[in-house]
Amino acid sequence: MKLEPRMHTNRHEYLGLPAGWIHVLRSIEKTIRVYSCLFAVLLLPLHAFAATPQDEARARQLFTEVRCVQCQSESIADSDAQIAGDMRREIRADIAGGKTDAQIRKELFAHYGDYVLFRPRFSLGNLLLWLLPPLIALIGGVILWRSRRKPAESTDYVLSDDEEKKLRVLLKKRD
Amino acid sequence: MTHINEIGNYCLVLAFCLSLAQAGLVIAGKGRGIARYAEGVSLAGAVSILIAFGVLIFAFIRSDFSVVNVYEHSHTDKPLLYKISGAWGSHEGSMLLWCTILLVYGAMITLKGRGLPEGLKLKALGVQGLLGAAFVGFTLFSSNPLARLAEAPLQGQSLNPALQDPALAFHPPMLYMGYVGMSVVFSFAVAALIEGRLDRAWARWIRPWVLLAWSFLTIGITLGAFWAYYELGWGGWWAWDPVENASFMPWLAATALLHSAIVMEKRDSLKAWTVFLGLLAFTFSMMGAFLVRSGLLTSVHSFAVDPQRGILLAAILLVTAGGGFTLFALRAPTLAPGGLFATVSRETTLVLNNLLISAALCSVFLGTLYPILMQALFDKTMSVGAPYYLLVFCPIMVAALLLVPIAGLMSWKRADLKGVLQRLMAAFAVAVLAAAIGSLFYRGPTLLSEAEYLIGLLVGFWLIFGSVRTLMQALDFRMNAIGVALKRLPGVPLATWGMILAHVGLGVFVLGAVVESHQKLSVMQGMALGDNVKLGQYELSFQSLYQKTGANYDAQGGVFEIKDGRGEVICQPKPQRRFYPASNQVQSKVALCFTPLDDLYVVMAEPQVGADGAMTWQVRFFYNPWVRLIFFGPLLMALGGVLSLCDRRLRLGIVQKAAKV
Repeated sequence: MKLEPRMHTNRHEYLGLPAGWIHVLRSIEKTIRVYSCLFAVLLLPLHAFAATPQDEARARQLFTEVRCVQCQSESIADSDAQIAGDMRREIRADIAGGKTDAQIRKELFAHYGDYVLFRPRFSLGNLLLWLLPPLIALIGGVILWRSRRKPAESTDYVLSDDEEKKLRVLLKKRD
Repeated sequence: MTHINEIGNYCLVLAFCLSLAQAGLVIAGKGRGIARYAEGVSLAGAVSILIAFGVLIFAFIRSDFSVVNVYEHSHTDKPLLYKISGAWGSHEGSMLLWCTILLVYGAMITLKGRGLPEGLKLKALGVQGLLGAAFVGFTLFSSNPLARLAEAPLQGQSLNPALQDPALAFHPPMLYMGYVGMSVVFSFAVAALIEGRLDRAWARWIRPWVLLAWSFLTIGITLGAFWAYYELGWGGWWAWDPVENASFMPWLAATALLHSAIVMEKRDSLKAWTVFLGLLAFTFSMMGAFLVRSGLLTSVHSFAVDPQRGILLAAILLVTAGGGFTLFALRAPTLAPGGLFATVSRETTLVLNNLLISAALCSVFLGTLYPILMQALFDKTMSVGAPYYLLVFCPIMVAALLLVPIAGLMSWKRADLKGVLQRLMAAFAVAVLAAAIGSLFYRGPTLLSEAEYLIGLLVGFWLIFGSVRTLMQALDFRMNAIGVALKRLPGVPLATWGMILAHVGLGVFVLGAVVESHQKLSVMQGMALGDNVKLGQYELSFQSLYQKTGANYDAQGGVFEIKDGRGEVICQPKPQRRFYPASNQVQSKVALCFTPLDDLYVVMAEPQVGADGAMTWQVRFFYNPWVRLIFFGPLLMALGGVLSLCDRRLRLGIVQKAAKV
């Protein structure tokens, strides 16, 4: 007879059961598993099977944009809280259901408000947030460009009044 | 023995009085005469606060629970390292650490600034004294770490287990040495504005301080990121969390300052801008302290918060920064314009660098404060997270980073852009080739993410190869005379080595960050003993359980085994769940498999008993490719800073002798 894989002996030892029961328990367990799997399969809506690698990648991308509403600042991609798991499941189902990213964001926003979106909406109130940094770079660039050729001779050192006086005294002494 | 605490308390009061005296003497003497005594006072202040800080650490080592702070944050069973680091693990203790570093920097101005113009030095000491009085006063009156309990409890409440970690033991001192190092620059900026005189010597004098503070800040932030990576168990290292941003903003300001100070030193230009950045860097440091300490931010990192103290800190921040910037507004127009430069010159590239870093800084600033302001002004909650920064911060930074190698080859005053680009051709071609080859191994979910990956790799390789080209320029490298060029290696100034190393480090970091964020794989699954889970080419199997008793915790851990694609066992990670009875908290300990570049990262959550009676553990398994580079790159950068600091011309306290008339 083949040796029992270590994992099972370990697990039942953990439960403190006599060794003879292991075989019986295993077959019961297996039956339960098979039936619960079948049950789950029947319960799942058919479109859940349409998940392609692209869908999964899209889902993961979206997870990083959605805040776990009960955690501290964590996205649902990073959090292992219960609600994060639920939200991940909902989003996966939405994607499988054929919704676009924009639709999903909109629904999340309708349900939880601005708080849930780690990528703030491009709205009037958020205009400054989105536009100020590039504007600074742009305006600064324009200012630089316009001031590039100023007709003035290079004066590497500007002496202070004190220094100017001292210089004059020194020059006079020379004279 | 407990009277030692009173000595500490006394020294804290003394340090407060000495700081006041230091400022008072300078003001009374108007920077002359009796103001000279401020020097001695600054030394005495540093000594007394060091004693106070030493007493606090000693109280932690002795587990003297008559001190409230020790009672609340320590435990007799804690390992010695965490007893000591507990001294700065709380709000009160970290404020005392801040003050200690502040006063010691003040003393360093006295010790290292012998050749400085007396007026400037004394005024800087005066400002430093005011800062010292504000912060020591705050610590003393609102958060005294040496406050006592009438009756000493027998046992303490222990430190948050998440903070009992070697990286986090050294994170606050490093970070604070960076933050507070900016105070010296601030003091010198204010002093120079009062004097109304800003020249190249000033820039030369502050640059080592900026370098020192910047290097510490770089190490501090890296330690913090590393801690978040392997202690918090979420597989990431940077979340654009407000508290992380609070430390990143002074770093960005200091980076800009570092570069503009070079322009000011070499070419006497950008005076007003450099002073402005000097004021800004410390303002952001104080803001960082304020944001973290006030409880304004909800964050994974805030462990010690109190809104009431926040108001006091905000007042200090407003008065200090407000005073500095008002002075700047009054005096900046009178600053003499400096040397001029042509459109195509190193100066221009550094100005562009400053412009882009400022725009990037603005995005971090807005991203951090916008939600707070929205809440305060309109009672609206909102979030700003990684996707925002990816869209706004990253493009600006990419532009700045693409400029780096070009700036390195430009000459001062007037440069030959065509010649520079020609010399960089080969480096650019190699970078493009490397990035293209690297991109072949990546299939992203969208075209955009593939473009991001390609651009990111290009920037990283461009920084590295471009910096190598800068080194070749410094060696006057010729293909037919390699030996001659190599002989010139020892002649390359340390400051140049520092610059090259820092830029290479930046490239290394960019490569790590790009590869890790795009190629990372993860799986989360409930696992029972004997279960397997596949992730990419790796297979994780749950082998057995083990128990371990630590110094102040009981750990239950799992023994796992990871096999690679060929079925060979590559490592046996043993993640743990530690129960700390003293604080009744559980902390997950991550297990890492070290490979030269990548991490295999395993963390297990609480066990759950399933319907069939089997125990399962929620296990998260990450494959983090090239993650090592993310932490190695910044260390290279900090090393570059230290190398520059060792350059004779840039040592602390070296003053340009020729500047004296």
